[in-house]
Amino acid sequence: MKTSPPPINLLRRTFQATVAIIWKDLAAEMRSREMLSAMLVFSLLVILIFNFALELDIKARQTVTSGILWATFAFAGTLGLNRSMAIEKDRGCMDGLLLAPVDRSAIYFGKAIGNLVFMLVVEAIVLPVYSVLYNINLFHPGLLAVILLGSLGYVVVGTLLSAMAVQTRTRDVLLPILLFPVVLPVLISAVKASQGFLLAAEWTEIAPWFNLLLVYDVIFTAAAFMIFDYVVEE
Amino acid sequence: MTPKPRLLAVLDTVCIVLFLIAVGLVFFYAPLERSMGQVQRVFYFHVATAWVGMLGFMVAAGVGVVYLRTNHSLWDIVGLAAIEISLVFFFVAIVTGSIWARPAWNTWWTWDTRLTTAAIVELIYAAYWMLRQGIEDAEKRARFGAVYAILACISVPITFASIRLLRTIHPVVVGGGDPNAEGGFSMTPAMRVTFFYSLIVFSILFVDMLWHRIRLGQLAEKVEQLKLKLSA
Repeated sequence: MKTSPPPINLLRRTFQATVAIIWKDLAAEMRSREMLSAMLVFSLLVILIFNFALELDIKARQTVTSGILWATFAFAGTLGLNRSMAIEKDRGCMDGLLLAPVDRSAIYFGKAIGNLVFMLVVEAIVLPVYSVLYNINLFHPGLLAVILLGSLGYVVVGTLLSAMAVQTRTRDVLLPILLFPVVLPVLISAVKASQGFLLAAEWTEIAPWFNLLLVYDVIFTAAAFMIFDYVVEE
Repeated sequence: MTPKPRLLAVLDTVCIVLFLIAVGLVFFYAPLERSMGQVQRVFYFHVATAWVGMLGFMVAAGVGVVYLRTNHSLWDIVGLAAIEISLVFFFVAIVTGSIWARPAWNTWWTWDTRLTTAAIVELIYAAYWMLRQGIEDAEKRARFGAVYAILACISVPITFASIRLLRTIHPVVVGGGDPNAEGGFSMTPAMRVTFFYSLIVFSILFVDMLWHRIRLGQLAEKVEQLKLKLSA
Protein backbone atom coordinates (compact mmCIF):
# COMPACT_ATOMS: atom_id res chain seq x y z
CA MET A 1 0.00 0.00 0.00
CA LYS A 2 1.26 3.46 -0.87
CA THR A 3 1.38 5.95 1.94
CA SER A 4 0.90 9.62 1.21
CA PRO A 5 3.78 11.85 2.29
CA PRO A 6 3.33 13.65 5.60
CA PRO A 7 1.79 17.13 5.15
CA ILE A 8 4.88 18.98 6.31
CA ASN A 9 6.85 17.36 3.52
CA LEU A 10 4.23 18.36 0.99
CA LEU A 11 4.37 21.94 2.17
CA ARG A 12 8.12 21.98 1.82
CA ARG A 13 7.96 20.55 -1.68
CA THR A 14 5.41 23.15 -2.72
CA PHE A 15 7.58 25.87 -1.25
CA GLN A 16 10.64 24.59 -3.09
CA ALA A 17 8.71 24.42 -6.36
CA THR A 18 7.48 27.98 -5.86
CA VAL A 19 11.00 29.23 -5.27
CA ALA A 20 12.21 27.32 -8.34
CA ILE A 21 9.59 28.98 -10.55
CA ILE A 22 10.42 32.44 -9.21
CA TRP A 23 14.09 31.72 -9.79
CA LYS A 24 13.41 30.54 -13.36
CA ASP A 25 11.50 33.76 -14.16
CA LEU A 26 14.16 35.98 -12.64
CA ALA A 27 17.00 34.16 -14.40
CA ALA A 28 15.24 34.31 -17.77
CA GLU A 29 14.58 38.02 -17.30
CA MET A 30 18.15 38.72 -16.18
CA ARG A 31 19.36 37.26 -19.47
CA SER A 32 16.89 38.83 -21.89
CA ARG A 33 15.75 41.95 -19.96
CA GLU A 34 12.85 42.14 -22.44
CA MET A 35 10.05 42.62 -19.98
CA LEU A 36 11.65 45.00 -17.50
CA SER A 37 13.01 47.30 -20.17
CA ALA A 38 9.65 47.42 -21.94
CA MET A 39 7.78 48.12 -18.70
CA LEU A 40 10.25 50.77 -17.68
CA VAL A 41 10.32 52.70 -20.94
CA PHE A 42 6.54 52.45 -21.15
CA SER A 43 6.16 53.83 -17.60
CA LEU A 44 8.34 56.81 -18.39
CA LEU A 45 6.36 57.45 -21.56
CA VAL A 46 3.09 57.36 -19.62
CA ILE A 47 4.45 59.92 -17.18
CA LEU A 48 5.56 62.03 -20.13
CA ILE A 49 2.07 61.89 -21.61
CA PHE A 50 0.53 62.88 -18.28
CA ASN A 51 2.99 65.74 -18.09
CA PHE A 52 1.57 67.26 -21.27
CA ALA A 53 -2.00 66.13 -20.79
CA LEU A 54 -2.37 67.63 -17.31
CA GLU A 55 0.00 70.63 -17.29
CA LEU A 56 1.73 69.53 -14.12
CA ASP A 57 2.42 72.85 -12.44
CA ILE A 58 3.35 72.99 -8.77
CA LYS A 59 -0.20 73.22 -7.51
CA ALA A 60 -1.53 70.36 -9.64
CA ARG A 61 1.40 68.14 -8.71
CA GLN A 62 0.44 68.04 -5.06
CA THR A 63 -2.96 66.54 -5.71
CA VAL A 64 -2.53 64.40 -8.82
CA THR A 65 0.82 62.73 -8.16
CA SER A 66 -0.67 59.62 -6.55
CA GLY A 67 -3.17 59.27 -9.39
CA ILE A 68 -0.46 59.53 -12.05
CA LEU A 69 1.75 57.04 -10.26
CA TRP A 70 -1.01 54.45 -9.97
CA ALA A 71 -2.22 54.91 -13.53
CA THR A 72 1.37 54.39 -14.65
CA PHE A 73 1.81 51.27 -12.52
CA ALA A 74 -1.51 49.83 -13.69
CA PHE A 75 -0.69 50.31 -17.39
CA ALA A 76 2.88 49.07 -17.09
CA GLY A 77 1.63 46.18 -14.98
CA THR A 78 -0.60 44.80 -17.74
CA LEU A 79 2.39 44.88 -20.08
CA GLY A 80 4.42 42.76 -17.68
CA LEU A 81 1.60 40.36 -16.83
CA ASN A 82 0.85 39.72 -20.49
CA ARG A 83 4.47 39.15 -21.34
CA SER A 84 5.11 36.86 -18.41
CA MET A 85 2.23 34.54 -19.33
CA ALA A 86 2.80 34.75 -23.10
CA ILE A 87 6.34 33.41 -22.65
CA GLU A 88 4.98 30.38 -20.79
CA LYS A 89 2.33 29.74 -23.38
CA ASP A 90 4.28 30.33 -26.60
CA ARG A 91 7.20 28.05 -25.92
CA GLY A 92 5.11 25.33 -24.33
CA CYS A 93 6.57 26.10 -20.89
CA MET A 94 3.15 26.04 -19.29
CA ASP A 95 2.58 22.43 -20.37
CA GLY A 96 5.93 21.51 -18.89
CA LEU A 97 5.08 23.21 -15.62
CA LEU A 98 1.70 21.50 -15.51
CA LEU A 99 3.32 18.10 -16.08
CA ALA A 100 5.68 18.61 -13.15
CA PRO A 101 4.57 16.60 -10.12
CA VAL A 102 4.00 19.63 -7.91
CA ASP A 103 0.93 21.31 -6.51
CA ARG A 104 -0.68 23.73 -8.98
CA SER A 105 -0.69 26.45 -6.35
CA ALA A 106 3.12 26.40 -6.50
CA ILE A 107 2.88 27.46 -10.16
CA TYR A 108 0.42 30.21 -9.28
CA PHE A 109 2.42 31.61 -6.37
CA GLY A 110 5.66 31.29 -8.32
CA LYS A 111 4.28 33.31 -11.23
CA ALA A 112 2.53 35.81 -8.96
CA ILE A 113 5.61 36.49 -6.82
CA GLY A 114 7.76 36.74 -9.95
CA ASN A 115 5.35 39.31 -11.39
CA LEU A 116 5.33 41.17 -8.08
CA VAL A 117 9.13 41.38 -8.13
CA PHE A 118 9.09 42.82 -11.67
CA MET A 119 6.48 45.36 -10.74
CA LEU A 120 8.40 46.42 -7.62
CA VAL A 121 11.60 46.79 -9.63
CA VAL A 122 9.83 49.06 -12.11
CA GLU A 123 8.31 51.06 -9.26
CA ALA A 124 11.68 51.31 -7.54
CA ILE A 125 13.04 53.00 -10.65
CA VAL A 126 10.01 55.10 -11.54
CA LEU A 127 9.66 56.62 -8.05
CA PRO A 128 13.11 58.25 -7.85
CA VAL A 129 12.86 59.41 -11.47
CA TYR A 130 9.48 60.99 -10.73
CA SER A 131 10.88 62.60 -7.58
CA VAL A 132 13.72 64.15 -9.52
CA LEU A 133 11.59 65.28 -12.46
CA TYR A 134 8.92 66.93 -10.34
CA ASN A 135 10.88 67.77 -7.22
CA ILE A 136 8.57 65.89 -4.90
CA ASN A 137 9.82 63.74 -2.06
CA LEU A 138 8.21 60.31 -2.51
CA PHE A 139 10.25 58.42 0.08
CA HIS A 140 7.71 58.13 2.81
CA PRO A 141 7.59 54.71 4.54
CA GLY A 142 3.77 54.81 4.53
CA LEU A 143 3.69 55.44 0.78
CA LEU A 144 6.11 52.60 0.17
CA ALA A 145 3.87 50.28 2.23
CA VAL A 146 0.85 51.33 0.18
CA ILE A 147 2.76 50.68 -3.04
CA LEU A 148 3.73 47.22 -1.80
CA LEU A 149 0.16 46.32 -0.79
CA GLY A 150 -1.37 47.83 -3.93
CA SER A 151 1.05 46.01 -6.22
CA LEU A 152 0.37 42.79 -4.35
CA GLY A 153 -3.39 43.08 -4.85
CA TYR A 154 -2.92 44.03 -8.49
CA VAL A 155 -0.59 41.12 -9.21
CA VAL A 156 -2.62 38.53 -7.33
CA VAL A 157 -5.66 39.10 -9.56
CA GLY A 158 -3.60 39.99 -12.62
CA THR A 159 -1.66 36.72 -12.65
CA LEU A 160 -4.87 34.71 -12.51
CA LEU A 161 -6.59 36.71 -15.25
CA SER A 162 -3.51 36.82 -17.48
CA ALA A 163 -3.39 33.02 -17.34
CA MET A 164 -6.94 33.13 -18.69
CA ALA A 165 -6.44 35.92 -21.22
CA VAL A 166 -3.41 34.23 -22.79
CA GLN A 167 -5.56 31.23 -23.71
CA THR A 168 -8.11 33.28 -25.65
CA ARG A 169 -8.12 34.40 -29.27
CA THR A 170 -7.75 38.10 -28.49
CA ARG A 171 -4.96 37.45 -25.93
CA ASP A 172 -3.17 40.58 -24.71
CA VAL A 173 -5.97 42.91 -25.75
CA LEU A 174 -8.28 41.17 -23.34
CA LEU A 175 -6.24 41.41 -20.14
CA PRO A 176 -6.82 45.08 -19.28
CA ILE A 177 -10.52 44.71 -20.09
CA LEU A 178 -10.83 41.77 -17.70
CA LEU A 179 -8.48 43.11 -15.08
CA PHE A 180 -9.31 46.80 -14.59
CA PRO A 181 -12.96 46.53 -13.49
CA VAL A 182 -12.10 43.76 -11.01
CA VAL A 183 -9.00 45.43 -9.62
CA LEU A 184 -10.63 48.85 -9.27
CA PRO A 185 -10.93 48.71 -5.45
CA VAL A 186 -7.14 48.37 -5.25
CA LEU A 187 -6.62 51.38 -7.49
CA ILE A 188 -9.16 53.53 -5.64
CA SER A 189 -7.83 52.77 -2.19
CA ALA A 190 -4.18 52.87 -3.25
CA VAL A 191 -4.63 56.29 -4.88
CA LYS A 192 -6.46 57.61 -1.83
CA ALA A 193 -3.98 56.19 0.68
CA SER A 194 -0.97 57.42 -1.33
CA GLN A 195 -2.51 60.84 -1.60
CA GLY A 196 -3.07 60.85 2.16
CA PHE A 197 0.58 60.10 2.83
CA LEU A 198 1.81 62.63 0.26
CA LEU A 199 -0.33 65.41 1.72
CA ALA A 200 0.70 64.36 5.25
CA ALA A 201 -2.89 63.65 6.30
CA GLU A 202 -3.86 62.23 9.69
CA TRP A 203 -3.64 58.45 10.08
CA THR A 204 -7.37 58.30 10.88
CA GLU A 205 -8.05 59.62 7.37
CA ILE A 206 -5.74 57.13 5.69
CA ALA A 207 -6.60 54.08 7.83
CA PRO A 208 -9.86 53.08 6.07
CA TRP A 209 -8.15 53.02 2.66
CA PHE A 210 -5.18 51.16 4.07
CA ASN A 211 -7.43 48.56 5.68
CA LEU A 212 -9.42 48.16 2.49
CA LEU A 213 -6.20 47.37 0.63
CA LEU A 214 -5.32 44.74 3.23
CA VAL A 215 -8.79 43.20 3.03
CA TYR A 216 -8.67 43.07 -0.76
CA ASP A 217 -5.23 41.45 -0.73
CA VAL A 218 -6.28 38.77 1.73
CA ILE A 219 -9.60 37.94 0.03
CA PHE A 220 -8.21 37.80 -3.48
CA THR A 221 -5.08 35.86 -2.57
CA ALA A 222 -7.35 33.23 -1.06
CA ALA A 223 -9.80 33.29 -3.99
CA ALA A 224 -7.09 33.12 -6.65
CA PHE A 225 -5.36 30.30 -4.78
CA MET A 226 -8.60 28.31 -4.85
CA ILE A 227 -9.57 29.13 -8.45
CA PHE A 228 -6.22 28.88 -10.26
CA ASP A 229 -6.50 25.09 -10.72
CA TYR A 230 -9.53 25.57 -12.95
CA VAL A 231 -7.76 28.13 -15.12
CA VAL A 232 -4.80 25.98 -16.13
CA GLU A 233 -6.62 22.63 -16.26
CA GLU A 234 -6.28 21.02 -19.70
CA MET B 1 -36.84 19.60 -31.01
CA THR B 2 -38.59 19.68 -27.67
CA PRO B 3 -41.82 21.68 -27.72
CA LYS B 4 -42.21 24.67 -25.42
CA PRO B 5 -43.16 23.36 -21.96
CA ARG B 6 -46.75 23.97 -20.90
CA LEU B 7 -45.68 25.58 -17.65
CA LEU B 8 -43.46 28.05 -19.49
CA ALA B 9 -46.35 29.10 -21.72
CA VAL B 10 -48.47 29.68 -18.62
CA LEU B 11 -45.66 31.65 -17.00
CA ASP B 12 -45.40 33.84 -20.12
CA THR B 13 -49.07 34.75 -19.93
CA VAL B 14 -48.91 35.34 -16.18
CA CYS B 15 -45.92 37.63 -16.72
CA ILE B 16 -47.71 39.73 -19.31
CA VAL B 17 -50.80 40.12 -17.10
CA LEU B 18 -48.79 40.91 -13.98
CA PHE B 19 -46.67 43.40 -15.88
CA LEU B 20 -49.70 45.24 -17.24
CA ILE B 21 -51.06 45.43 -13.69
CA ALA B 22 -47.70 46.82 -12.55
CA VAL B 23 -47.85 49.55 -15.19
CA GLY B 24 -51.41 50.34 -14.07
CA LEU B 25 -50.36 50.52 -10.43
CA VAL B 26 -47.44 52.81 -11.20
CA PHE B 27 -49.51 55.27 -13.21
CA PHE B 28 -52.93 55.17 -11.55
CA TYR B 29 -52.66 53.68 -8.08
CA ALA B 30 -49.45 55.14 -6.70
CA PRO B 31 -49.99 58.73 -5.55
CA LEU B 32 -48.13 61.67 -7.04
CA GLU B 33 -44.99 62.50 -5.10
CA ARG B 34 -45.24 66.09 -3.90
CA SER B 35 -41.80 67.59 -4.60
CA MET B 36 -40.66 65.58 -7.63
CA GLY B 37 -43.96 65.09 -9.44
CA GLN B 38 -44.50 62.62 -12.26
CA VAL B 39 -40.85 61.73 -12.76
CA GLN B 40 -40.82 60.00 -9.38
CA ARG B 41 -42.91 57.20 -10.94
CA VAL B 42 -39.80 55.94 -12.73
CA PHE B 43 -38.55 54.91 -9.30
CA TYR B 44 -40.69 51.74 -9.13
CA PHE B 45 -39.25 50.18 -12.26
CA HIS B 46 -35.83 51.68 -11.68
CA VAL B 47 -35.30 49.80 -8.44
CA ALA B 48 -36.95 46.66 -9.82
CA THR B 49 -34.68 46.51 -12.89
CA ALA B 50 -31.60 47.23 -10.79
CA TRP B 51 -32.65 44.44 -8.45
CA VAL B 52 -32.95 41.99 -11.34
CA GLY B 53 -29.54 43.16 -12.59
CA MET B 54 -27.91 42.34 -9.28
CA LEU B 55 -29.90 39.13 -8.93
CA GLY B 56 -28.61 37.80 -12.24
CA PHE B 57 -25.10 38.73 -11.23
CA MET B 58 -25.33 36.72 -8.02
CA VAL B 59 -27.06 33.82 -9.77
CA ALA B 60 -24.21 33.70 -12.30
CA ALA B 61 -21.58 33.57 -9.55
CA GLY B 62 -23.45 30.89 -7.60
CA VAL B 63 -24.01 28.83 -10.72
CA GLY B 64 -20.32 29.37 -11.59
CA VAL B 65 -19.31 27.64 -8.36
CA VAL B 66 -21.69 24.76 -9.12
CA TYR B 67 -20.31 24.47 -12.64
CA LEU B 68 -16.70 24.26 -11.47
CA ARG B 69 -17.66 21.50 -9.04
CA THR B 70 -19.90 19.45 -11.35
CA ASN B 71 -18.62 20.30 -14.85
CA HIS B 72 -22.15 19.99 -16.20
CA SER B 73 -22.78 22.23 -19.23
CA LEU B 74 -26.31 23.10 -18.07
CA TRP B 75 -24.89 25.29 -15.29
CA ASP B 76 -22.81 27.21 -17.80
CA ILE B 77 -25.90 27.85 -19.91
CA VAL B 78 -27.72 29.14 -16.83
CA GLY B 79 -24.81 31.41 -15.92
CA LEU B 80 -24.59 32.93 -19.39
CA ALA B 81 -28.37 33.34 -19.52
CA ALA B 82 -28.43 35.15 -16.17
CA ILE B 83 -25.66 37.53 -17.17
CA GLU B 84 -27.14 38.33 -20.57
CA ILE B 85 -30.52 39.18 -19.08
CA SER B 86 -28.98 41.19 -16.27
CA LEU B 87 -26.84 43.14 -18.70
CA VAL B 88 -30.00 44.47 -20.35
CA PHE B 89 -31.93 45.03 -17.12
CA PHE B 90 -29.05 46.83 -15.48
CA PHE B 91 -28.72 49.05 -18.51
CA VAL B 92 -32.43 49.88 -18.25
CA ALA B 93 -31.87 50.69 -14.56
CA ILE B 94 -29.06 53.09 -15.45
CA VAL B 95 -31.14 54.79 -18.15
CA THR B 96 -34.23 55.15 -15.93
CA GLY B 97 -31.96 56.42 -13.17
CA SER B 98 -30.61 59.08 -15.51
CA ILE B 99 -34.13 60.12 -16.48
CA TRP B 100 -34.92 60.61 -12.81
CA ALA B 101 -31.60 62.25 -11.96
CA ARG B 102 -31.98 65.00 -14.55
CA PRO B 103 -34.81 66.82 -12.71
CA ALA B 104 -33.93 65.56 -9.21
CA TRP B 105 -30.18 66.21 -9.15
CA ASN B 106 -30.07 68.51 -12.17
CA THR B 107 -27.63 66.23 -13.99
CA TRP B 108 -27.82 63.05 -16.06
CA TRP B 109 -24.89 61.47 -14.34
CA THR B 110 -22.80 61.95 -11.23
CA TRP B 111 -19.90 59.87 -9.86
CA ASP B 112 -21.86 58.70 -6.88
CA THR B 113 -21.34 55.31 -5.18
CA ARG B 114 -24.22 53.46 -6.76
CA LEU B 115 -23.89 55.05 -10.17
CA THR B 116 -20.19 54.32 -10.33
CA THR B 117 -20.69 50.77 -9.12
CA ALA B 118 -23.47 50.29 -11.66
CA ALA B 119 -21.17 51.48 -14.44
CA ILE B 120 -18.45 49.10 -13.29
CA VAL B 121 -20.88 46.19 -13.12
CA GLU B 122 -21.92 46.89 -16.71
CA LEU B 123 -18.26 46.93 -17.74
CA ILE B 124 -17.72 43.62 -15.98
CA TYR B 125 -20.67 42.10 -17.83
CA ALA B 126 -19.17 43.39 -21.07
CA ALA B 127 -15.76 41.94 -20.17
CA TYR B 128 -17.40 38.60 -19.36
CA TRP B 129 -19.06 38.61 -22.75
CA MET B 130 -15.83 39.50 -24.55
CA LEU B 131 -13.96 36.79 -22.68
CA ARG B 132 -16.47 34.21 -23.89
CA GLN B 133 -16.29 35.52 -27.45
CA GLY B 134 -12.55 34.90 -27.55
CA ILE B 135 -12.63 31.20 -26.68
CA GLU B 136 -13.59 28.51 -29.19
CA ASP B 137 -13.41 25.44 -26.99
CA ALA B 138 -16.84 25.13 -25.32
CA GLU B 139 -15.56 23.49 -22.16
CA LYS B 140 -12.85 26.09 -21.63
CA ARG B 141 -15.29 28.90 -22.39
CA ALA B 142 -17.60 27.61 -19.67
CA ARG B 143 -14.79 27.20 -17.16
CA PHE B 144 -13.36 30.68 -17.71
CA GLY B 145 -16.81 32.25 -17.66
CA ALA B 146 -17.49 30.65 -14.28
CA VAL B 147 -14.14 31.79 -12.89
CA TYR B 148 -14.68 35.37 -14.03
CA ALA B 149 -18.25 35.50 -12.72
CA ILE B 150 -17.01 34.38 -9.29
CA LEU B 151 -14.12 36.88 -9.21
CA ALA B 152 -16.41 39.70 -10.30
CA CYS B 153 -18.98 38.87 -7.65
CA ILE B 154 -16.32 39.03 -4.93
CA SER B 155 -14.93 42.28 -6.25
CA VAL B 156 -18.12 44.29 -6.75
CA PRO B 157 -19.07 44.58 -3.03
CA ILE B 158 -15.53 45.73 -2.25
CA THR B 159 -15.76 48.28 -5.04
CA PHE B 160 -19.05 49.46 -3.59
CA ALA B 161 -17.51 49.78 -0.13
CA SER B 162 -14.51 51.66 -1.46
CA ILE B 163 -16.57 54.19 -3.36
CA ARG B 164 -18.92 54.49 -0.40
CA LEU B 165 -15.98 55.76 1.62
CA LEU B 166 -16.19 58.73 -0.68
CA ARG B 167 -19.28 60.88 -0.32
CA THR B 168 -22.64 59.72 -1.68
CA ILE B 169 -25.78 61.61 -2.65
CA HIS B 170 -27.91 58.70 -3.87
CA PRO B 171 -31.08 58.42 -1.75
CA VAL B 172 -31.59 55.23 0.24
CA VAL B 173 -35.34 54.84 0.10
CA VAL B 174 -35.66 51.40 1.66
CA GLY B 175 -34.14 51.03 5.12
CA GLY B 176 -32.00 54.12 5.44
CA GLY B 177 -32.33 57.79 6.23
CA ASP B 178 -29.22 59.69 5.27
CA PRO B 179 -30.12 63.38 5.60
CA ASN B 180 -27.46 64.32 3.01
CA ALA B 181 -29.15 62.28 0.28
CA GLU B 182 -30.82 64.50 -2.30
CA GLY B 183 -34.16 63.48 -3.75
CA GLY B 184 -35.07 61.10 -0.97
CA PHE B 185 -38.69 60.68 0.10
CA SER B 186 -40.73 58.51 2.40
CA MET B 187 -43.20 56.14 0.80
CA THR B 188 -46.93 56.18 1.49
CA PRO B 189 -48.60 52.74 1.87
CA ALA B 190 -49.87 52.88 -1.73
CA MET B 191 -46.38 53.64 -2.96
CA ARG B 192 -45.00 50.78 -0.92
CA VAL B 193 -47.53 48.37 -2.44
CA THR B 194 -46.60 49.49 -5.95
CA PHE B 195 -42.92 49.28 -5.14
CA PHE B 196 -42.90 45.76 -3.75
CA TYR B 197 -45.34 44.60 -6.40
CA SER B 198 -42.93 45.84 -9.10
CA LEU B 199 -40.05 44.05 -7.41
CA ILE B 200 -41.97 40.78 -7.42
CA VAL B 201 -43.18 41.17 -11.01
CA PHE B 202 -39.67 41.86 -12.24
CA SER B 203 -38.35 38.87 -10.33
CA ILE B 204 -40.94 36.64 -12.00
CA LEU B 205 -40.11 38.23 -15.33
CA PHE B 206 -36.46 37.39 -14.68
CA VAL B 207 -37.31 33.75 -14.02
CA ASP B 208 -39.42 33.61 -17.18
CA MET B 209 -36.70 35.12 -19.37
CA LEU B 210 -34.06 32.97 -17.74
CA TRP B 211 -36.06 29.90 -18.61
CA HIS B 212 -36.42 31.01 -22.24
CA ARG B 213 -32.72 31.82 -22.46
CA ILE B 214 -31.73 28.48 -20.95
CA ARG B 215 -33.86 26.67 -23.54
CA LEU B 216 -32.21 28.73 -26.26
CA GLY B 217 -28.79 27.84 -24.85
CA GLN B 218 -29.61 24.15 -24.82
CA LEU B 219 -30.85 24.31 -28.41
CA ALA B 220 -27.69 26.14 -29.45
CA GLU B 221 -25.63 23.44 -27.80
CA LYS B 222 -27.58 20.78 -29.70
CA VAL B 223 -27.03 22.60 -33.00
CA GLU B 224 -23.33 22.79 -32.21
CA GLN B 225 -23.20 19.04 -31.64
CA LEU B 226 -25.12 18.31 -34.84
CA LYS B 227 -22.73 20.51 -36.81
CA LEU B 228 -19.78 18.62 -35.38
CA LYS B 229 -21.42 15.34 -36.30
CA LEU B 230 -22.00 16.55 -39.86
CA SER B 231 -18.46 17.75 -40.40
CA ALA B 232 -16.96 14.58 -38.90
